[in-house]
Amino acid sequence: MPIKTVAEFKVMHMQILDETGKADASLEPKLTPDQLKEMYRLMVLARAYDRKCMKLQRQGRMYTYIPVEGQEACQIGSIAALQKEDWMVPAFRETAAYIAKGIPLKTLCLYWMGNERGNSAPKDVNAFPVSIPVGSQMLHAVGIGWAAKLKGHKTLAITYFGDGATSEGDFYEAINFAGVFKTNTIFLCQNNGWAISVPRSKQTVAQTLAQKGIAAGITFLQVDGMDVLAVYKATLDAADRARRGEGPTLIECLTYRLGPHSTSDDPSKYRKAEETAEWQKKDPVERFKLYLRGKGIWTEEWEAKLQADSDAAIDAAVKDAEADNTPNLEDMFKYVYAQMPDSLKEQMEELKQTVEEKKNSE
Amino acid sequence: MNMAATEKMTVIQAINSALAQEMERSKDVIVMGEDVGVDGGVFRATEGLYAKFGAGRVIDTPLAESAIAGTAIGMAAYGLRPVIEMQFDGFTYFALHQLILHAAKMRNRSRGRLTTPVVVRAPFGGGIRALELHCEPIEISFVNTAGIKVVCPSNPYDAKGLLAAAIRDPDPTLFLEPKRIYRAFKEEVPLEPYVVEMEKAKIQREGSDVTIISYGAMVRTCLQAAETLSKEVSCEVVDLRTLSPIDEKTILDSARKTGRVVIAHEAPKTGGLAGEIAAIIAEKAMMNLQAPIQRVTAPDTPVPLAKLEEFYLPDEFRIVKAARKAMTF
Repeated sequence: MPIKTVAEFKVMHMQILDETGKADASLEPKLTPDQLKEMYRLMVLARAYDRKCMKLQRQGRMYTYIPVEGQEACQIGSIAALQKEDWMVPAFRETAAYIAKGIPLKTLCLYWMGNERGNSAPKDVNAFPVSIPVGSQMLHAVGIGWAAKLKGHKTLAITYFGDGATSEGDFYEAINFAGVFKTNTIFLCQNNGWAISVPRSKQTVAQTLAQKGIAAGITFLQVDGMDVLAVYKATLDAADRARRGEGPTLIECLTYRLGPHSTSDDPSKYRKAEETAEWQKKDPVERFKLYLRGKGIWTEEWEAKLQADSDAAIDAAVKDAEADNTPNLEDMFKYVYAQMPDSLKEQMEELKQTVEEKKNSE
Repeated sequence: MNMAATEKMTVIQAINSALAQEMERSKDVIVMGEDVGVDGGVFRATEGLYAKFGAGRVIDTPLAESAIAGTAIGMAAYGLRPVIEMQFDGFTYFALHQLILHAAKMRNRSRGRLTTPVVVRAPFGGGIRALELHCEPIEISFVNTAGIKVVCPSNPYDAKGLLAAAIRDPDPTLFLEPKRIYRAFKEEVPLEPYVVEMEKAKIQREGSDVTIISYGAMVRTCLQAAETLSKEVSCEVVDLRTLSPIDEKTILDSARKTGRVVIAHEAPKTGGLAGEIAAIIAEKAMMNLQAPIQRVTAPDTPVPLAKLEEFYLPDEFRIVKAARKAMTF
């Protein structure tokens, strides 16, 4: 028997907006001017909010912060393609997606200011809390998309993760389960080039991260993650497939973290400024602006208004959060179980009493 | 509730009965794990469920414990009540980060917005000459984790009632099934569904001289020790049933009554639950004690292969010896 080919795969890459903001008309999604304007408004707001958080951290008004600058297209483009009832299961760099999904800025501030209330989405916003253990959250999105399917719903879950997370075992388990049970799940990998100080080239020798979908037998593609329209279209197509019962999709977005991993590291230690400068030219907000200007939607007056509105909303949120961030000792105990066990009640009362005694002794 | 009709059942039959009845009671209850479907589970805990409820509710998963736990978390947050099976206790370690970092903390982290009422069933403990690493004392990792309950029945009646309670409970639960007594004996178990309240210990034998505290398969060994001692010492046997949150009141009431305490478990000594129980008694009932608290546990060694197992696991002789030591202090 001769050796024969039993399966062949192609890894596709999609870009709709080039770096000058010109769109490929054959792929350009049908979005109304209002939809386009809303996406741009969110990108401007997310960027301004992100920069504000970095400053607040430097001023000691926030603890560790994890910036998103550079990845706005991945997050806002994908949320824009989904429905209100769809679930979002983030990692920890999803501030722009949270904003697009409808988490109030004040709530986001509270989280980074060290308050659990910042992990609580409003009742009508289907978003999971920040997930710190890298790669562990994707399985939750598989479970949500699976449960929705079992209940006969069209609802789906999107999960966000980075290039580093694709080295975790849970990633492979997640795409495999999603494939086997055809769950309503979208895996959105933001390949931003760096897992803290380790470059993408040292995570895997695989040519692309998208191709990891081959092993799981699921649909996969790579898109330009600095192109909000490409991310939008890839997500919308994936959502349509899921809602038709055709299962999950893995989308690898080629993007870049323009800032540090978190407020605790200095990128100059592990990467060259020239690399960052090259990616800066692909800035997703700038590129989308050029596109909107070409369509006659973007004007300088509108930009000024957006910036002013963003700043005002952010300042108000920070002010509200700082005024409402006094911890209540009971909050530490209240949500551990549906009903507080007697032993925990005792510990809470003892701690309250000791804190009181300490206060009185000072 | 008509508790009149009963049938003699083993622990495994009682578990099977609870699963079937809870699945009938609520469409949201689903069962998943490795070989739980067509095969009915390696211990046959899920036997018959696949035929009765179908592949949509009794799900044979690929072999990945972290994924079973992780997807169950998402399912539970969406409104299902997944009952997942870890094929052996030792394999639960593959899912520790999902259970400890996510399932146990979701309610707290989201300020009650999201809950993850997953039941994790795991065949538990030694004594069946199983393969290496199939009998791991996993309980203390979970007892030391806030937000997840730990239950371990010692008999068929409690196995059925506690499993039903765990499935209906709004919080995640680790349900430890002592595999040594899966088929060791039969007891009358009501045919109707019922629940045994969690977080409540039970006095399995009343006595006045020594309190013997234990859980799981070891309770039976303790009862045998109490019987052996019955002519010389009156032993009270406390079956914890729920290891976390623990029922301090029953422990303390009994310790105060007898003034002598023996705590027995299969897990190693250092950092084991016996130490915690001893500390509770020392903190709150020390003046009632007439002898030092005795711990009868496995040594601080890995669980050995089958040939040494009988020396690793505490047996009746060691419990009797500890009770006599407490009496003669």
